[in-house]
Amino acid sequence: MDQALSFWQRLALAFIAFFYALSDRRFAGAVDVWREERRAHPDRPPASLGPSAPKPPAEAAKPSTPPPAARPAAPAKAAEPPKPAAPAKAAEPPKAPEPVKPVEAPKPPPRPDGEEALHLLTLLQRDGRLVDFCSEELAGFSDAEIGAAARTVHAGCKRAIETYFRLEPIYREAEGASVTVAPGFDAAQVRLTGNVVGSPPFKGALRHHGWRALSVKLPTAPPAGREVVAPAEVEL
Amino acid sequence: MKLAKYAVGIDLGTTNTALSFLPLGEEGAAPEVFGVPQLVHPGEVQPRPLLPSFLYRPHPTEFAKGALALPWDPEAADVVGELARGRGAETPVRLVSSAKSWLSHPGIDRRAAALPVGSPEEVPRISPLDASARTLGHLRAAWDAEVAKGDPALALANQEVTLTVPASFDAVARELTVEAARQAGLLELTLLEEPQAALYAWVEAMGDGWRKQVKPGDLILVCDVGGGTTDFSLIAVADRDGALALERVAVGDHILLGGDNMDLALAYALQRKLAEAGRQLDRWQLQALTHGARAAKEALFGAPALAASPVTVPGRGSSLMGGAIRTELTREELEGTLVDGFFPRVPASAKPASQRRTALTTLGLPYAADAAVTRHLADFLTRHRESLGEASAPGLKLAGRAFLHPTAILFNGGVMKARELAGRVVEVVSGWVEEEGGAAPRVLPGGDLDLAVAKGAAAYGRVRRGKGIRIRGGTARAYYVGFELAMPAVPGMAPPVEALCVAPMGMEEGTRADLPARELGLVVGEPARFRFFASSTRRQDQVGTVVEREAELEELAPIETTLPAGSGAAGQVVPVRLRAHVTEIGTLELEAVEQGGEAWKVEFNLREQVGA
Repeated sequence: MDQALSFWQRLALAFIAFFYALSDRRFAGAVDVWREERRAHPDRPPASLGPSAPKPPAEAAKPSTPPPAARPAAPAKAAEPPKPAAPAKAAEPPKAPEPVKPVEAPKPPPRPDGEEALHLLTLLQRDGRLVDFCSEELAGFSDAEIGAAARTVHAGCKRAIETYFRLEPIYREAEGASVTVAPGFDAAQVRLTGNVVGSPPFKGALRHHGWRALSVKLPTAPPAGREVVAPAEVEL
Repeated sequence: MKLAKYAVGIDLGTTNTALSFLPLGEEGAAPEVFGVPQLVHPGEVQPRPLLPSFLYRPHPTEFAKGALALPWDPEAADVVGELARGRGAETPVRLVSSAKSWLSHPGIDRRAAALPVGSPEEVPRISPLDASARTLGHLRAAWDAEVAKGDPALALANQEVTLTVPASFDAVARELTVEAARQAGLLELTLLEEPQAALYAWVEAMGDGWRKQVKPGDLILVCDVGGGTTDFSLIAVADRDGALALERVAVGDHILLGGDNMDLALAYALQRKLAEAGRQLDRWQLQALTHGARAAKEALFGAPALAASPVTVPGRGSSLMGGAIRTELTREELEGTLVDGFFPRVPASAKPASQRRTALTTLGLPYAADAAVTRHLADFLTRHRESLGEASAPGLKLAGRAFLHPTAILFNGGVMKARELAGRVVEVVSGWVEEEGGAAPRVLPGGDLDLAVAKGAAAYGRVRRGKGIRIRGGTARAYYVGFELAMPAVPGMAPPVEALCVAPMGMEEGTRADLPARELGLVVGEPARFRFFASSTRRQDQVGTVVEREAELEELAPIETTLPAGSGAAGQVVPVRLRAHVTEIGTLELEAVEQGGEAWKVEFNLREQVGA
């Protein structure tokens, strides 16, 4: 997939990358690290690939379990055994900082992509039957029946979220209150809508207080069967 | 022991176990609860304030390799705690539960591998003693891994450990509890009655203010309804030389009745309702219904305005809505089943339906035949009124003609968290007392009713070092040895038995009873076995008192001793007397003393089944 970029696509990418390297210090630094790494190990593709685009908020979420050494922002590691949560959406005309991809890895250690995401899905299914709920066809069920099932899902998912995440609202004010967005605000934390003109500080009404994670405590995924979202049950 | 850094309290419960600790070096430090790391799902270890007292023995193929690993034992093969309880609900043949109730069951050999009862043969068996030791062993390993981290000075075995037992545990069950703790590596520890621990927790939480809350003449009823058992105690407040003193004056019987019965009763009520509508439930669904009923109960108890709470049993297959069963728990059903079913308004003269004979249900636990907690309570207060006179409890003025009048109630146990249930107990007891012209008892404000016993036990560790008030009381029972009277054999008639008191009630820790006048002849080199009895109401009996009708007593496991050959020629009859000794840790020991003063230990014999 990676090699499929045409000459024109690569030219456009190089053009965009030029300006990114000039304007975005982090992007430039990451490319530099990547180049150094490639120089040191010419035979091996670097594990880490450039910036994970706009970084999440500073105090963000650090998994307590050892995170997979480093994950590409938009992973596109080809052909690996079971890949249920296929992320990979490559080979489109380059949009954002999509730096040069390494040549096909010979045999990377087998590890499903999006392993932690998959594990979280497993937990939500186990505690709150979320996958069952979303996979079921709603037609034919009354609102009361759906509501009753939603209670099960709500109770379980609530417990799972409370167990594994510590979340807090980004804004403490009540929704509907008037708030001020200071200059230099983080666009990842505050989304402006409506009459977005002028320059900060902005005054506006808080429509959604937002959520951010203070901590994540996902349990370690089991060593085997990581692709299993819910085991089959057989009663003897 | 002297160097212990922490006072540790362990509440080894029928359904849940908790550990609390406080640093001994800090003045006035409050007890903290240890979050016990345990498997909550395969491969997931989380700390929880309660360790469910369940042991699950998985099939070798049941879990993936490493899914049962604990931080301190990567090769663990059995499961203790939340995962054990969860799995066991779906696969009951592999679950060992209520080990503590089995440990106090006089009808079985508690050292014999018998649990789980009635499971297929290939499931490995474990004795009630070993199962209890496993739970305690998990606590010790978890503490040593989390707190001590290899420092022997901080290891649990080297702390001032207090282990709680129900007040209703007799000498044999207490002895076995200590044996289980030793097996788990806790060699030095002290036993404490659970209701006393609850009161210590209250005193600890009140600080010095507790002295203002009670006055001499008060009689505190500790009403402890936990997951599996109900336990009553009465603690009197007395004036001893101008200072307030607390004296435990009565303990109740071992009643196997608790919150689990109540949740099950609610589930059955809902199941009946569903059956009327033509829905049949399998075991998994009944289990889910029990969970749902418990959640609905908590919702209704938590919000008095709510008239009903929905209960959903989700579809078991991947179709969540298709297979779902919906119902609701209404407030009338909740009150009819729980409040009126388990806490009915009964007169003070009520007696619980008589207990089934254990001999007939040897393979099952002797669950209470009567589910009404209030009837058991009425019986408890009435029985002890008869025996608690001025003669047997000097200095105490206890009110009540037909039954004892509690002036204050301290609740304990998860069940009593429900205000409706606690309120009903207060209402019923107040009704009884007011009928005799007394004043209604007040409620002593409690803390966290699930954890109070563990916290109180930790506080007791400090009390033992002389800081704070100590509840006195001594042993809660008098103990007797039975003699068969020599008389001509009559077919169909067991020879009459006389019981000789060897240990009066109220023996303090570290004391010895007097030598009874009566001598027994023991044959050197041959085991001698005696029937052994106890009573929690016969206060006046002193060492040497003879009870002619042993039916008034409760029979325990027999006792046995063998005089070694060195004490005389084999076959020779040596006259001995039995002497009781209450150890510092709170267990009862018996020894056979010969005239020269030499003594041999007398063991509790569990192999012989009582009444079988």
